Amino acid sequence: MSESASTIQFFTGFSVNDLPFLAQAAGGTLLISIISISIGSILGCLFGWALYASRYARYILGSILDIFRSVPLIIQLLLFFNFFPILGIPLEPFAAGCIVLTVYTSALVAQVARGGIEAVPESMRRASRSLGMSYFQDMRYVVWPIGARAMLPAWTGVALGVLKDSALVSVLGYLELLRASQILITRTQEPFIILAIVGAFYFALSYPIGKITARLEQRWQYD
Amino acid sequence: MIKLQSVDKSFGDLRVLKGIDLRVEKGEVLSVIGASGSGKSTMLYCINALEKIQGGKILVDGIDVHCADTNVNKLRREIGMVFQQWNSFPHLSVMDNVALAPQIVLGKSKDEAYSLAEKHLKHVGLGDKLQTYPTRMSGGQQQRLAIARALAMEPSYMLFDEVTSALDPELVGEVLDTLRLLREDGMTMIVVTHEINFARDVSDRIAFFHQGVIEELAPAKDLVNNPQRERTQQFLSKVL
Repeated sequence: MSESASTIQFFTGFSVNDLPFLAQAAGGTLLISIISISIGSILGCLFGWALYASRYARYILGSILDIFRSVPLIIQLLLFFNFFPILGIPLEPFAAGCIVLTVYTSALVAQVARGGIEAVPESMRRASRSLGMSYFQDMRYVVWPIGARAMLPAWTGVALGVLKDSALVSVLGYLELLRASQILITRTQEPFIILAIVGAFYFALSYPIGKITARLEQRWQYD
Repeated sequence: MIKLQSVDKSFGDLRVLKGIDLRVEKGEVLSVIGASGSGKSTMLYCINALEKIQGGKILVDGIDVHCADTNVNKLRREIGMVFQQWNSFPHLSVMDNVALAPQIVLGKSKDEAYSLAEKHLKHVGLGDKLQTYPTRMSGGQQQRLAIARALAMEPSYMLFDEVTSALDPELVGEVLDTLRLLREDGMTMIVVTHEINFARDVSDRIAFFHQGVIEELAPAKDLVNNPQRERTQQFLSKVL
């Protein structure tokens, strides 16, 4: 009986052939995360320094960053992505995702960095200034290395959070892990196995970050 | 020469220094004693511009410290300072703690800075700790490290701000011995201290601070053994 052969097949099962597709999507997640975490962290450190150094920055910049910290990321993404076409400037989902995630990361890192700078005792800075170091030499050779050690654990938390939050960029149609999984689930109707695999991919991306920073933390321990 | 001319310093409404006049000649050791809050530490901070002043003038080798045109970073090379908290840089080895400023401030090469650091660390008795990290050392050792770090800039003057106050009693001696060593080297020093006996034995003169003014200034032995002012007598009878 060949009745099933004549039926149109809507759903096809999950197969190994889908793994390259998922791997490509993982690449998408990795790319957007690396870009936004690295640029966002650099910006965040600058913002954190501004928050620390200037009262005006604390009011103005601090309030702006608070908005980005407080409004759900998915809303920020949708607002930003849909705002530019209104102005007549088309924006790729990838670009929109990168920008929003970068700003979001910088808002989180700014507070972490401010805390890191504050972890350096005032008397330590007086000591370095008394040796004739300029403000920036003190920042570069004393405050930064000590502050960076202090902020590393909190920064790791931010980085891992952003990596996972990058899943939200899927709402813009950018092909990353979550979006890929949705496409595959629709086709295969096998959410359990696909989500498990995607979870494993996220783990594979996150684990090295945790591992590397843990090792760095150990190497940076004062001994 | 360090010269203070009617120096006024306030924190908000609180007047901490009230018209201080003082001269410290090259080669002299001046100790400054007095109760906490009498302004003695603040005076040190004003001398190397870590604090601003509201009135008067401070001249170091004729340079007006608080003049807007003065390059304080350059001036501070001439004035070493050691604090109550030793403030070792925890991320650097003992050697690098001392060699950092000569490299980045004076522009010395790494080799030059290291040999300079080694010389000064040996001088304060830390020759066997060069590669150690400060957190592995006692407070007394870290304080001697701080002294070596300041000396490596080869300053003309050294300011000491209660350098033994945060130390365990058994560690005070080694730091005071290091100061004696500097005195023998002929270093010009202003030493804010609560160690009256040390001040008497080591300094040329002692200034007694009371509520922001120099109540009495006299040769060290005279001030301790034979104080003229009543407040000095009261203070000394309490601490000796």
